[in-house]
Amino acid sequence: MFSDWPLLSLVIWVPVLGGLLVLATGSDKNAPEARMLALIVAIVTFLLSIPLYTHFQLNTANMQFVELHPWIETFKVNYHLGVDGISMPLILLTTFMSVLVIIAGWEVIQFKAAQYMAAFLIMEGLMNGVFASLDAALFYVFWEAMLIPMFIIIGVWGGPNRVYATIKFFLYTFFGSVFMLIALLYLFFKTGSFSIMDFQQLHMSMGVQKLIFLAFLVSFAVKIPMWPVHTWLPDAHVEAPTGGSVILAAIMLKLGAYGFLRFSLPITPDASQAFDGLMIALSLIAVVYIGFVALAQKDMKKLIAYSSISHMGFVTLGFFIIWTISKNTGSYHGVVMGIEGAMVQMISHGFISGAMFLSVGVMYDRMHTRMIKDYGGVVNTMPTFAAFMVLFAMANAGLPGTSGFVGEFMVILTAFKANFWIAFLAATTLILGAAYTLWMVKRVIFGEVTNEAVKELKDINGREFFFLSILAITVLFFGLYPAPLLNVMDASVNNLVQHVTTSKLK
Amino acid sequence: MNFPLPNFLPALPEIFLLAMACLVLLVDIFLTDRSRGATYILAMTSLLGVLVLIAISFSSTRITTFSDTFVRDPMADVLKMGIAIAAMVTFLYAKDYLREHGMFKGEFYILGLFGVLGMMILVSAHNFLTIYLGLELLSLCMYAMVAMQRDSAIASEAAMKYFILGAIASGMLLYGMSILYGVTGTLDLGLINARLPDVQDKVLLSFGMVFLIVGIAFKLGAVPFHMWVPDVYEGSPTAVTLYLAAAPKLAAFAMLMRLLVDGMGSLQGQWQDILILLAVASMAIGNIIAISQGNLKRLLAYSAISHVGYLLLGVLTGTTEGYAASMFYALVYVIMTLGAFGMIMLMSRQGFESDRLEDFKGLNERSPWFAFIMLILMFSMAGVPPFLGFWAKLSVLKALVDSTGLLWLAITAVVFSVIGAFYYLRVIKMMYFDKAEDVSPLVASGDMRMVLSANGLLVLGLGLSPGLLLAFCLATIVSP
Repeated sequence: MFSDWPLLSLVIWVPVLGGLLVLATGSDKNAPEARMLALIVAIVTFLLSIPLYTHFQLNTANMQFVELHPWIETFKVNYHLGVDGISMPLILLTTFMSVLVIIAGWEVIQFKAAQYMAAFLIMEGLMNGVFASLDAALFYVFWEAMLIPMFIIIGVWGGPNRVYATIKFFLYTFFGSVFMLIALLYLFFKTGSFSIMDFQQLHMSMGVQKLIFLAFLVSFAVKIPMWPVHTWLPDAHVEAPTGGSVILAAIMLKLGAYGFLRFSLPITPDASQAFDGLMIALSLIAVVYIGFVALAQKDMKKLIAYSSISHMGFVTLGFFIIWTISKNTGSYHGVVMGIEGAMVQMISHGFISGAMFLSVGVMYDRMHTRMIKDYGGVVNTMPTFAAFMVLFAMANAGLPGTSGFVGEFMVILTAFKANFWIAFLAATTLILGAAYTLWMVKRVIFGEVTNEAVKELKDINGREFFFLSILAITVLFFGLYPAPLLNVMDASVNNLVQHVTTSKLK
Repeated sequence: MNFPLPNFLPALPEIFLLAMACLVLLVDIFLTDRSRGATYILAMTSLLGVLVLIAISFSSTRITTFSDTFVRDPMADVLKMGIAIAAMVTFLYAKDYLREHGMFKGEFYILGLFGVLGMMILVSAHNFLTIYLGLELLSLCMYAMVAMQRDSAIASEAAMKYFILGAIASGMLLYGMSILYGVTGTLDLGLINARLPDVQDKVLLSFGMVFLIVGIAFKLGAVPFHMWVPDVYEGSPTAVTLYLAAAPKLAAFAMLMRLLVDGMGSLQGQWQDILILLAVASMAIGNIIAISQGNLKRLLAYSAISHVGYLLLGVLTGTTEGYAASMFYALVYVIMTLGAFGMIMLMSRQGFESDRLEDFKGLNERSPWFAFIMLILMFSMAGVPPFLGFWAKLSVLKALVDSTGLLWLAITAVVFSVIGAFYYLRVIKMMYFDKAEDVSPLVASGDMRMVLSANGLLVLGLGLSPGLLLAFCLATIVSP
């Protein structure tokens, strides 16, 4: 029944228009209606995104659910949507997390609740647009427009230093993006079209490829973020309201990684190969150095923010290690596994980081502090919550049986085939990740109750139990049975590897 | 002696406007202050008439008349319609503001109408003399309008500064024209362009060209001829600021096109270098100095300077695509500026200008709707999609990337646009993130609210489907 529905347009525009509708409910007098409406819109969008999975054809790398209409004919820009095995799981992740974020903000946000809910819904639609766009200009429009609701979310509902954080966030990402715009315009000039598929067919000289790669790199590295352009993320995370942190960590960071898969690797494979040493080095710095930085944090949100950067280092490592693998072993299978491992890591990190930020949010709503030293012995008063928190912390540390393990294991395994020392450094994350996460859990959840306020804490209510348990189930499910995810991406990753391993030099 | 009458038909809108402006002048003398509304209605009717006259006689080809001193082509028609609409919106926004500030006098509308006439002549000029005629008619009206608030010291200072610097710029322009007349022996732009390759004295020619560009740069407000812009924007009553910030930009763009492209198209390689210099300096100075402004009118003045830089980027490519991109940019800029100054006037009340950034604090609490409109306008000016301003930037960038050797200029332009984004974000920060100091609800008449909302939504709506306007601009640039 869904085969002739414009599903991708629906998952983009239902939340955007729904968000505008929520906005129209006006002042905080109507907040209950606004919340209910927002929840309905988010759930409808999630339900609309499910057929993308159930009707997805596994054995093809072609774009599916394609919609193509002319948009701006003067510039040959088309409204061109479609998904493959790489983008489809990310759209599902977005629609899924958005529902949880709406629920998480339910009672917590009392100030301008309608605008809060609307901002998240509009952002959900725009993020889906980024993942679904097959036209570079359309992609760029969604990519940039997404900054606006996030800017407002951090700025209006954020912490005390929110203005600094949100302007830093906006300018950093805006600065990165404009270079991508120049690269896209150049590619348009060369191909005469804005279609990403056409870009991927283009052959260019090495010098040009390198420049285009660097332009993309600035944009995507800021978004992921990679060391040394990561400094906006801890600020933004700390100041953002819980929902904002969740969306930032779970989805926005994935956009940068997605950009590498959609643009950098297939359009400039030779330049990617030329720069792979640099990229591996930056990834390892993120994994190891940022891991140590996380260890030193006193603020829970900041700790998780740094842990996100460290985990995203794994993703970029998986992408750029493939040439070392194919050079050292010639194993095609290893290359595919590296990229698939990185992608599983992306999805899994979306769930886990979202869960961690939601857990911190649960505590923050009660205590209004994020400092580790203010807690201790939370397990005594919040046993159910402590169980969830420990589970998510284990997943964040990459414990086997949770989704966090699968991706990291795949990447480390391929790294061992490529180079022992790379693998060795990458594997330190298992130790570091366990160290900073579990040490935080020890200080926050266990131990003596030192703060009087902790004694007064109430355990989680039904609403909080609901979203935490859903995430717990998801984390365990993909940890024990990642096959559905791998099956979906297999054909597309194989196709990507074809693109990446064929030289596009002129 | 045979003395045939010229063909008056192509100039009918101008002739109509001249007649109407004289009529308004006469009628206004007999009006008391209470019935001054009639002047407003008459002025609006005249502009509407001009709009209709241009629309029904829209010329798809190039017609010249009055011994080739006056040209009518699609570009001229589109720009004139833009000017008329911008002037109408200005008059509408200005109505309440002028009433509240005790300046609701006929002079504003009469000078405004004559100014529009000057702009229209400038747009259609095809001869040094007609260009100068249109320019001076426009400038004199604007000098007088800036000085209208005569008991305000800051306004008088602004008017004085504007007049003196404007006179110098006119002098430069005239000097350049006389040199070019000397070397080519004609005042006709088409003939000048044809005779330029045969000119022996290249040095003299360069001098003439430079003086012309100085004159144009002054009128556009490009760095280093921008000094008047912030002072005049800040010193003038906001209604007058809006008048001289919006429509004259279209006229100045036309003047740029007429003089450089029609008149000196064969020297494109030479004036390109000068324009690159002007564009980069304008983007740099405009965007960087705007960061430290606390007065919104001054901030928008520096923003205007930087936008002129972007506008020049399209023209300097010397391609049809580039000219169309610049024309699109000019039209988009006018739409955004109208909205931004409209917001300042909406916020102002009796005896209160509301032009400081702080006055926008907490606007989201006072009026979420107009905060949203201002949000659209500011993000659009910053060039963030999906708003209209993004497509304007994109079109000039695309023209740059498409022409050889100008890629570096495109990169410079985007870097400055990131710097520029900061001060627009500051305005949004004031509206959304800060608490309101003044919680009184906004007071404005219904028509003002409606047109301002439409103005903001147009920036969003055209941003979602810019194709038509873009194609329109491309179609109107007919190579001479």
